[in-house]
Amino acid sequence: MSPRKTQALQAVPVNSPMEDWLRMDRMPHIWCPGCGIGTAVNAFVRAVEKTGIPREKIAVVSGIGCTGRVAGYLKLDSFHTTHGRAIPFAIGLKLANPELHVVVFSGDGDLIAIGGNHFIHAARRNVNITVICVNNFTYGMTGGQVAPTSPKFSMATTTPYGSLEAPFNLAHLADSSGASYVARYTTYHVRPLANTIKQALSKNGFSFVEVLSPCPTLFGRRNRLGDGLDIMRIFKEKSIRRDGLSTDAATVDLKNGPIIVGRFKDQPREAFLDVYNDAMTKALGKDRFRPYGPVTMRNPKGDGDGDGGR
Amino acid sequence: MHSIKEAVLTGIHFIDGDVACAEGAIAAGCRFSAGYPITPSTEVVERLAVRFPMVGGMFVQMEDELASSIAIIGAAWGGVKAMTVSSGPGISLMQEHIGLAVITETPTVWINVQRCGPSTGLPTLPAQGDMMQAQWGSHGDYPTLALCPNSPQEAFDLTIRAFNLAERYRTPVLVLLDEAVGHMLEKVVIPDADDIEVDARRFTDKPPSEYKPYECSEGSMVPDLAPVGQGYYFHVTGLTHDERGYPIMTADTQVDMMHRLMNKIDLEDVTDVRESEVDDCEVLVVSYGITSRVAERAILDARRQGLRVGHLRLVTVWPFPEQIVRDRATQDSVQRVVVPEMNLGQMVREVERTVAGARPVRLVGHPGGAVHDPNVILEAILEETS
Repeated sequence: MSPRKTQALQAVPVNSPMEDWLRMDRMPHIWCPGCGIGTAVNAFVRAVEKTGIPREKIAVVSGIGCTGRVAGYLKLDSFHTTHGRAIPFAIGLKLANPELHVVVFSGDGDLIAIGGNHFIHAARRNVNITVICVNNFTYGMTGGQVAPTSPKFSMATTTPYGSLEAPFNLAHLADSSGASYVARYTTYHVRPLANTIKQALSKNGFSFVEVLSPCPTLFGRRNRLGDGLDIMRIFKEKSIRRDGLSTDAATVDLKNGPIIVGRFKDQPREAFLDVYNDAMTKALGKDRFRPYGPVTMRNPKGDGDGDGGR
Repeated sequence: MHSIKEAVLTGIHFIDGDVACAEGAIAAGCRFSAGYPITPSTEVVERLAVRFPMVGGMFVQMEDELASSIAIIGAAWGGVKAMTVSSGPGISLMQEHIGLAVITETPTVWINVQRCGPSTGLPTLPAQGDMMQAQWGSHGDYPTLALCPNSPQEAFDLTIRAFNLAERYRTPVLVLLDEAVGHMLEKVVIPDADDIEVDARRFTDKPPSEYKPYECSEGSMVPDLAPVGQGYYFHVTGLTHDERGYPIMTADTQVDMMHRLMNKIDLEDVTDVRESEVDDCEVLVVSYGITSRVAERAILDARRQGLRVGHLRLVTVWPFPEQIVRDRATQDSVQRVVVPEMNLGQMVREVERTVAGARPVRLVGHPGGAVHDPNVILEAILEETS
């Protein structure tokens, strides 16, 4: 074959700026056409690039579900854990290695239903981690069951006559549980979302970013919201940005609107480790307390004093 | 490698098994623990909460056992030796994460101070009812490493050993105390730090470009870990995965992964069985934990009556030491085997399976709440089976 012919037969490679951040040997991903999770990942990567945090110091932790697959596609130190438990895993990781920027990237069912207890306690404890919750109002991976975020009377496989329960307002839940930083955007708001995630990553304490996302295959289809583009149109037309709005007023009404988005809370308070080091120094005195700080197993080969420098 | 001098409370102490366990963890290099209060194990974490800030460690009381049991897995990947502690209902809640630690090959230590079940049962009283749960409690097949101390001294010693085995085999290791050992006050000798052997975490020598998280070096079935935060960009998942740590949903990958997981532990290295007068014994008693000390009394009484009684005490209960039990139980002199345990028949099944009908095996069960009356064990030892 002539070189000219070979070239003609091959697909022309187009390099996406995302490629360097993804495990391209794992593509194609499992997400459906029109799903918003990829958009959220894009926004996250843009945010990380803007923060200037050294790439190797970012660790991503996911639970189970469609969004739970995020950790597996990002070329970072990444952990795909059990259903609902990404947050306590992240807390262990962060406390063991405080110089890491630990990001939990998971879905609404994972973080708020089965993992709801960990969510509220993590916000209360205020360990310095960032939680990004992709909220698609349903359980995608298992085929479209009702979630604690599903709108009242919406259809799901396990509520064939409509959901009877009121959904959580995740922003309000995070806020009232003690989160330092609370924001919400949709996958339509790509740039503000990236800027918000960047801001969240720079905050000391528990920061929470909710990302409303289409699930056209399951939630959208069952609730006659149309395809991915139609749901994006809903996000575009019904969203109102209200920075600083009290989170109890920051409601989401997909059907009639409004969908209130924005940065609702930015009230840094002392993060867990700062409190810990201060309190222990007071309680035990400088002589007896061995401060707890960045360690990174200072001695990764394990040939020194063996306790990771502590 | 040795323990850290300033962290180890070298000396002679009068402490209970729970406190001894906490001191063993500190001596072994544990610097992170997450737990949730539950009787009769709470004293372990209470001790850690006091001591950790003085040795550069941290204890966090989490919102439940689900959180505690995965926080330690996160901490272990963060580069720290970590353990959790619980009892009864709490241990039941933790089962899923024992499975996660197995499949992700995360070195962690799990302390179970056993109490009576089922359910809330008798929270303040001893039992040995979690022996089978230790092996079979999480779903799927997996190897279990479990050690069973019978005194506060052993609670100290075996907790150190548990950490060493966890690092050596990259696997969760269970220490199965019971309420009696946990709350028993006895002399515990804590040696010089220089005399405490500690296995360091084994990190890869390879650069990130050549490193695969679940690839083994030649002659080993245990892969090396990579340090987090150093640019290795490794992936860890509870899904069936290949050498790269990538989830691969095929039967072939499952076969390969399970083959290595099930065979990576060197039985000879981990087995610890203590023998007493087993050569030429007519009756062989197989026991473990606190029941071994009660059985010892019955064995001495039987020997005084002229019966040759041997005692096999299982310190490593899982993997079950099949070879030793089979060899001893079926030696010519042995007429019968007696298995006392503080449950209604758990490890006796392993003994029966191993002896395979070659000798009669007699269970002396007890539903828990109190240790056996030694006379009940004595009767079983003396009673000839037809």
